[in-house]
Amino acid sequence: MSLEITGITKSYGRFPALDDVSLLAEDGEFLALLGPSGSGKTTLLRVIAGLEIADGGAIHFSGEDLLATPVRQRRIGFVFQHYALFKHMTVTQNIAFGMKSKHRRERPSKAAISAKVEELLSLVQLDGLGGRYPSQLSGGQRQRVALARALAIEPKILLLDEPFGALDAKVRRGLRRWLRELHERTGLTTIFVTHDQEEALELADRVALLKDGKVEQIGTPEELYHDPASAFVFDFLGDSFQFPCEVKDGKALIAGQEVPILGSSPHVDGPATAYVRPDGFVVGAPDGPGFQARIRDVLLAGTDARLDCVLDDDGSIEVRVPHAIAEKLAPRNRISLAPREVRVWG
Amino acid sequence: MSPAKRSWRFVEPSALPGFGPALGLTMAYLSFFLLVPLAALVLRPWEHGADHVFAVVSAERTLDALRLSFGAAFFAACVNAVFGTIVAWVLVRYDFPGKRILDAFVDLPFALPTAVAGIALVTIYAPNGPIGSIIEPMGLKVAYTPLGVMVALVFVGFPFVVRAIQPVLEEVQIDVEEAAATLGANRFRTISQVIFPAVLPSLLMGFSLALARAVGEYGSVTFIAGNQQNVSEIAPLLIIIHLEEFDYAGAAAIGLAMLLISIVMLFGLNLIQAKVAGRGER
Repeated sequence: MSLEITGITKSYGRFPALDDVSLLAEDGEFLALLGPSGSGKTTLLRVIAGLEIADGGAIHFSGEDLLATPVRQRRIGFVFQHYALFKHMTVTQNIAFGMKSKHRRERPSKAAISAKVEELLSLVQLDGLGGRYPSQLSGGQRQRVALARALAIEPKILLLDEPFGALDAKVRRGLRRWLRELHERTGLTTIFVTHDQEEALELADRVALLKDGKVEQIGTPEELYHDPASAFVFDFLGDSFQFPCEVKDGKALIAGQEVPILGSSPHVDGPATAYVRPDGFVVGAPDGPGFQARIRDVLLAGTDARLDCVLDDDGSIEVRVPHAIAEKLAPRNRISLAPREVRVWG
Repeated sequence: MSPAKRSWRFVEPSALPGFGPALGLTMAYLSFFLLVPLAALVLRPWEHGADHVFAVVSAERTLDALRLSFGAAFFAACVNAVFGTIVAWVLVRYDFPGKRILDAFVDLPFALPTAVAGIALVTIYAPNGPIGSIIEPMGLKVAYTPLGVMVALVFVGFPFVVRAIQPVLEEVQIDVEEAAATLGANRFRTISQVIFPAVLPSLLMGFSLALARAVGEYGSVTFIAGNQQNVSEIAPLLIIIHLEEFDYAGAAAIGLAMLLISIVMLFGLNLIQAKVAGRGER
C-alpha cells in the first residue's frame, strides 16, 4: 500500500519545476515535502493528485499506476491552502459533495451520507456547525471542513498543500498537534507541503527537502536536523552563520582557534566554509578565543536570551545564549564569541 | 445588567464621515432626475377622468401591445441569459487569437443608435435579405412579426448578461473547480453545482438589466416589427401613436401601466436576486 514515485519530471516552458524526483511513502506514513518557494513541492503534490500532468516518470500506489487514472477516479483527498470550500453550500453540503458525486450505483443512501457527515463533523470537532456557511466560520474551522470534505471520499492518500499557511501562529500550532493525532487515528498515508521547517520537523515521520525541483535530502526529522547532507539543508532547517575556515587534520581553524567538526562526511584539508547555529557559541571575556565583538543589544524575552553583536571583522550576528549568561551583559560590552563546534562544507 | 436604553436613531453612527451630505446629494439627484418626472407621469393621465384612462389601458390594442412588449422582452432576456453566459464563459476561460476584438464587439449594441440596429436587422431578415430569403421558404418569418421584435430585443439586451457575469466568472477560483474534481465530481456536476451557483446572482442581475432595457426599447423594434395592430405593435410605439394624435392623457396612461408593471417585475427580480446572493453571505 505504499506510494512509489519514480523519476517524475515536469517543466513549465523552460523552467524545470521537477527534475527526476523519486520518493517512497510507506503505508500510513506522514511525509512532509519541505522547501523554499519555487522548489517544486506543490507541483509534486499536484502531480500526485492529478491536477498537474507530469512530463515523465511514474507514480504507483500499491502497484496501481496512478498517472493512468484520471483525477476524478484517483480517490486522493486534497486539502488546498486557501480551503477552496464551496461558498454557497453549507458545511454539511460541502462534506457530502464527494459522496453525492459518486455514480448512482456506488452512491451511499441519504441516511448513510448524513451519518457519515455527522461522523466526520465530530472527527474534525465541528459538531453542530453543519448548517453554517463557510463565511460564518473562522480560518481554522474552514480548514477543518476542507479536511472533512477530503476525508469523506475515503481517500487512499491524503494530500495537504500548505494546510496552515493562511492561519495565525497560535491556531497553527493547535491544528498541527490535532492533525498529528488525526493521522494517528486514521492511519492514512499523508503527504503535506510546507515551507515552514518547524512544522515539517514537528509533524512528519519523514521529511523530504526539495530544492530547485530535486530532492536534496530525505529522512526522519532527527536525521535531517543532526546529519544534514548539504549546506542548503543545514541552512534551511534553522538560522546559521557562515565563516571562512581552514580544514586541517579533521579540525576547522577559525579565528586562530581549532574547532571540532560535526557530521559524518569526510573533509579534505584546505579552505572551506564553516556553518554554526546561533546557539553554538561560547561567550567569553574580551580578547578571549574566537571572534571579538561588541554587544549592540541584549534581548531577554523568549526561551533563550539573544545577543545582538557587531563583529570587529565586519558584520553582525545574533547569538542565542542561556539567560544566566545574558543577564550579566549589557549593550556596549565587549566579548569574545568562540564557536563550540562547526559543520563544514566546501 | 440590561443594556442602557437608547433613543431611536435614523442610522448607526459610522466612522466614515459625510453620510449626511452624501445622502442629501443622492436624494436630490434621484428626485430631480427620477422621482419628479415619474411623479409627473403618474399625475398626467387623469385630465380626462379615470374613465378615459381605464378605456385606453383596457383597449384590446393596448393590452396586446403590453403583452407583446413584456412577453418579447422576457423571452429575449431568457435567450440572452443562456447565450450571454456561454459568451462570457468563452471570453473568461479560453485564450484564442482575436479574443480582445470579440470582447470589444460585445459592447457594440450599447454604442449603436438602435435605429441603425433596426435597419441592419431588417436588411438581413427581410424576405429578400440574406437570411430572410433562406428561412422564409422554410416557413420561418422573422421580419414584420413578433419574432422580429424578439430578435431586435435580443440584440439590444445582449451585452448586459455578458458584462454582468464576466467579472464574477473571473473570480471563481480555479482551486474550487479542482477541489470538485478531486472529490470525484464530473464536469457537468462541477459546472452545475459549483460554478453556476456562484454566478447565479450576477446572472439574475444581468437578466434584469437586459429585461428592463428590452421593455423600453423602441428604435430598433419599430423597423423590424412591421407594427401591425394587435400583432407586432409594441407598447412604446403605441404611446407614440397616442402622442401623434394629441392624446397626451392616453399616452401617459399606457406609460403609467408600463411603469407599474416594470416596478413590480424589477422589485420581484431584486427579491429573488437578494435571496440567491444571500446564500453563503449571511
